[in-house]
Amino acid sequence: MTVPPRKPLGNPLGTPLGSAGVLAKALLLGLALALAIWGAFPLVEHRDWLALAVLVAATVLIFWGYLSPRRIPAKYLLPGTVFLIAFQVLPILYTVSTAFTNFGDGHRGSKESAIHSIEEASVSPVPGTPDYRLNLAVPQGSSPADGPLVLVLTDPATGKERAARADTGTVTDLPSRATLTVLTDPQAARRGAELAALRIADGPGHIRTEGLERAYVGAPARSYDASSDTLRDATTGTVWKADGTTGTFVTDDGERISSGWRVGVGLGNFADVLTNPTISRYFGQTLLWNIAFAVLTVLITFVLGLFVALSLHHPRMRGRWFYRALLILPYAMPAFAMLMVWADMFNKDFGLINRLFGLDVNWLGEPWTARAAVLLVQLWMGYPYMFLVATGALQAVPDEVKEAARVDGAGRWTILRKVTLPLVLVALFPLLIASFAFNFNNFNAIYLTTAGGPFPPDSPMAGATDLLITYTYRLAFGGQGAQYGLAAAISLFIFVIVAVISLVSFRRARAMEEVNG
Amino acid sequence: MNEHRARSRAPDRAANPGLRRPCALGAALLGAVLALTGCGGDAGSGGSASARPVVTVWADDQRAAALKDFARTFGEKYGARVSVQAVSKDLQTNFVTASQAGEGPDVVVGANDWIGNLVQNGAIDPVRLSTSQRDSLEPRAVKAVTFNGQTYGMPYALENVALIRNTALVPDAPATIEEAVAVGQRLKGEGKVSEIMSVPVGQAGDAYHAYALYSQAGGYLFGRDAQGEYNPADLGLGTEASVRALEKFRALGEKGVGALKRTIGPDNAIPTFTTGKAPFLISGPWAVPDIKKAGIAYDIQAVPRFEGTGGKGGPFIGVQAFYVAAKAKNKALAQEFVAQAGGSERTAIALTEANPRPPALKAALAHFKDSNPDLGKFLAAGADGVIQPAIPQMNVVWDPFGKAEAAIIGGAPVRSTVVSLTRAVAGQIGLDPDKAVRFAGAPATTNHPAAGKD
Repeated sequence: MTVPPRKPLGNPLGTPLGSAGVLAKALLLGLALALAIWGAFPLVEHRDWLALAVLVAATVLIFWGYLSPRRIPAKYLLPGTVFLIAFQVLPILYTVSTAFTNFGDGHRGSKESAIHSIEEASVSPVPGTPDYRLNLAVPQGSSPADGPLVLVLTDPATGKERAARADTGTVTDLPSRATLTVLTDPQAARRGAELAALRIADGPGHIRTEGLERAYVGAPARSYDASSDTLRDATTGTVWKADGTTGTFVTDDGERISSGWRVGVGLGNFADVLTNPTISRYFGQTLLWNIAFAVLTVLITFVLGLFVALSLHHPRMRGRWFYRALLILPYAMPAFAMLMVWADMFNKDFGLINRLFGLDVNWLGEPWTARAAVLLVQLWMGYPYMFLVATGALQAVPDEVKEAARVDGAGRWTILRKVTLPLVLVALFPLLIASFAFNFNNFNAIYLTTAGGPFPPDSPMAGATDLLITYTYRLAFGGQGAQYGLAAAISLFIFVIVAVISLVSFRRARAMEEVNG
Repeated sequence: MNEHRARSRAPDRAANPGLRRPCALGAALLGAVLALTGCGGDAGSGGSASARPVVTVWADDQRAAALKDFARTFGEKYGARVSVQAVSKDLQTNFVTASQAGEGPDVVVGANDWIGNLVQNGAIDPVRLSTSQRDSLEPRAVKAVTFNGQTYGMPYALENVALIRNTALVPDAPATIEEAVAVGQRLKGEGKVSEIMSVPVGQAGDAYHAYALYSQAGGYLFGRDAQGEYNPADLGLGTEASVRALEKFRALGEKGVGALKRTIGPDNAIPTFTTGKAPFLISGPWAVPDIKKAGIAYDIQAVPRFEGTGGKGGPFIGVQAFYVAAKAKNKALAQEFVAQAGGSERTAIALTEANPRPPALKAALAHFKDSNPDLGKFLAAGADGVIQPAIPQMNVVWDPFGKAEAAIIGGAPVRSTVVSLTRAVAGQIGLDPDKAVRFAGAPATTNHPAAGKD
C-alpha cells in the first residue's frame, strides 16, 4: 500500500493561490494604494501631517499584512480592527473630548476667527463718503490676469474718478483712464477673491468693495486690543473683556457678544447636567419612564413574538410560510414612514383607531394613553423581529431532548415550560439585552409619534413620553442653537446608564446559563 | 416653512429593535471613500487667478430649480461656473457645519430668522445694500434682513399667514374672530362642515401660526427698543396682556367652543380645509397650490382682530433671502451674484412662479398684480405684521410657547401655565425668572424654587 504524498502543513488559505486569486489580490492592493495616493494629495496641500502619517501607516500595514502568506491572523484581524477604530473608537473619543468643551453654536471656531467676524460685522461706510461705482483695471501693458489691480472709483454725484492702486496702496485722483486697461467682466470675476481681500487705506477707513461694481470707504466700529485682551466699540464706547473660561466677550455688567470661541470647560457640562434645575428636575421621572419603556417594549414584543412563533411551529400546520410572510410585513416596512402613519392613526378626531372602534380616546393628549399608544406602536413594529428570532431558536431545540422528556412522562405543557422555553431563553437573552439597549435610546419611536408629548401645562420642557434621548435632544438642540458639548456630556451619562443595566443583565444571563446549561 | 421645522431634525436611525445590517458597514466604507474624494475635488479651486471662477449656491429643492436660469446667465456673463445645489434637509445646520470646515458654499438661500445664528457662528458677511437697491425692495423685507444695524442678506420673497376662507360656504369676510367662529358654529350645526376652523396646533403646539392670533389678542413675545430692534430683555410672555390673549385661546379651545383643537396639526390642517371640512384656514401662501388643486373657491384676508381689542396685531413676517458666506472662495463674485439675483426682475418672477410667495422686489410684485392677486392679498394680510425676530433668543421661545399654547387649548389653567412658560424661557435666555413674570396676582411659584438658575 502506498501512502499518498502529504500536503504541506498549514492553513488552506496559506496555500499558493490560483492565478485568478493572485490577480484579484494584486488588483485590490493596487486599488488600496491608488486610494491612499489620491487621499494623500489634499492632505499634503492642507499640511495635515498627522492625517498623512495615519494614512501612510495604514497603507504600510495593509501591505505588510497581505503581501506575506505567513500573516494569516493579521489578514482577518486587520479589517475588523480598522473598522472598529474608525466607527467605534474614534466617535467615542470624539464624543468624550467634546464633552469637556463648550463646542456649539456661537462657540465653534477659534478666538481669532471670532474676533475677525465681530470686527468685519461692525464695518460700516464712513459718513460723508460716497457710494462709488467701481471699475477694475490694470496699468497699461500689464496682464489682466495678474497685473497689479487698480480700482477706478467713480463718485456718482460728481462723476469725478479716483484710482486706488493695490501695489502701492495709494489713492489718487484720476483725470484720465488713458494709462489703464479696464478689465472685462470675466477678467474682473477671475480676480474676485483678490479684490474682496483688498484693503487700501483712504482717510479714516479703507476702500472696501461690495461685489465687482461697487466700492465704499468703510471702517470697523469694533476693534480688538491684544494688550488688554478687550474689544471696544468706538461709536458707543462699550468695552467687552475676553473671558477665557467661557469663550465669550463680556462687558462688566454681563452683556455678552453672541460670537464666541471654543474653549475647554473641564467638568462644566457634567456639573451642568447634575446641577441645572431644568435638567435635574425632570431627570428622575424621565429616567423611570425610559426604563419602563425599554423593558416593556422588549417584554411585550418578545411575548407576542414567541407566542406566534410557538403557534406556527407546529409541524402539521398548513400554509405556514404564508402566515410567516404576512407576519414579517411590519418589519419590512420603512419604520420612519410607519411611525408617522401611526401618529396620524391615533388622532382623536380624525384618526383611524378611534373611528374604527367607535372610541373617543384622546390617545396622544393624555399621559397614560400616550404611553400606551407608543407601546402599541412598538409592539406592532417590534414583534416580527422577536417572532423571527424565536422561530430560529425553536428550530434549534433538538427533537431528541423533547422526545426524551416525553419518554420520561412529561406532558406537552411541561415540555414547553421545562425544556423548550429555558433553551430558547438562553439562546435569546443576549438579543433581548441588545434590544433593550437599542430601545433605551429609540429616538425615532418617540420623536416621530408623540414628540415627547403630551406636555403638562407646568413643564414645557419634559413630556410624558419623553425618553432621556428626546428630552436631552430638545435641551441641547432646541434652544439657543446646538450645544454639542452639553449633548456629548449627556450622552456619556446615558451610555453609563445603559452599560450598567446591560452588564447586570448579562451577569444574570450567565447565571441562568449555568443553571440550565 | 415652520410646519417643516419640527420633523426635519430626526436623525436617520433605524427604529426596529436590534437592527444591525451588514450592509451598513459597506455603506460606511463607501462614505469614507466619498469623503476622501470630496476633500480632493475641492482643493485648489480658490487661489489661482487664471482658473475659471466658481460660485456654489445652496438652496432648497424648489428654489434651486428656479435659480438655474439666472445661474446660467450669470455664469456666461462672468465666465464663471455657477453650481446651484439643492440641499433638501437641514440646510441651515449643514451650511454652518460645512462653512466651519471650509467646505461650504459661496451663497446660501434661506429664511431671515437664520441670521442671528449664522452671524454668531461667523458664517455670513453683511450684504451692503445701495440706496437704489433699498428703494427697489419692499421696506419690510429690508428690515427683516437687518440685524445689529447691518443688512445681512438680499431679500427676495416675503411670507406670512392669513385667514383663508371657503367663499362657497362663507361669502362675506368676517370682521372679527368671534364673527368667524359664529359662522363656523352655524355651518357645523347645519352639518355643512365638521370643524369651525382649521388652525394648525398639534399636540406640541405651533407657535408660528399661533402668533397671528396671539398678537391680535394683544400679546407680544419680545418688546422693541427706540430703534425698532427687538429687545431680548423685554420678554412679553409674562405680561398681563399675554395672560389675556391666552385666555382667548382657552375660550376658543377644546373646553370652550372647540374652534382650536390639538387634533388639527401641521400635517392635517390644510387637508381639513381642502376637503371642505372647515370653512376657515389659517395658513400661508404655501397652502394655495393645494387649495387650487382641490377646486375650492377661496379668498384671503388678514387674520381678524378679537372683539374688544385694538386689532393692532398681525402675523409674523418671514423673509427669504440670499446670503454671502463669510468663507466664500471668490467673495466679490459671490456678492455680485447675490446683488444681481436679488435685483433681477426675471429671477424674482421665476422664483415666485416656482414657489408662489409675494416677491420682495416691487417691480416683480407689480408684474403679478393681475395674474396672481393672491400675492398682493397675502402681503396686505401682513400689513400689521411684525418681522420674525432674528435674535437668537427667539429660538428658545418657539418650542415652549407652542407647548403652552397646546396645553391651554386643551383646557389647562392659563395663569399657572404662563408662569411656568415664562420662567422656563427666561431661565434659558439669561433673564431673572422671578422678574420676568410681570402680571398681578401671579400664582405662587414656591414649587420651583431654583428653576432657571443656571
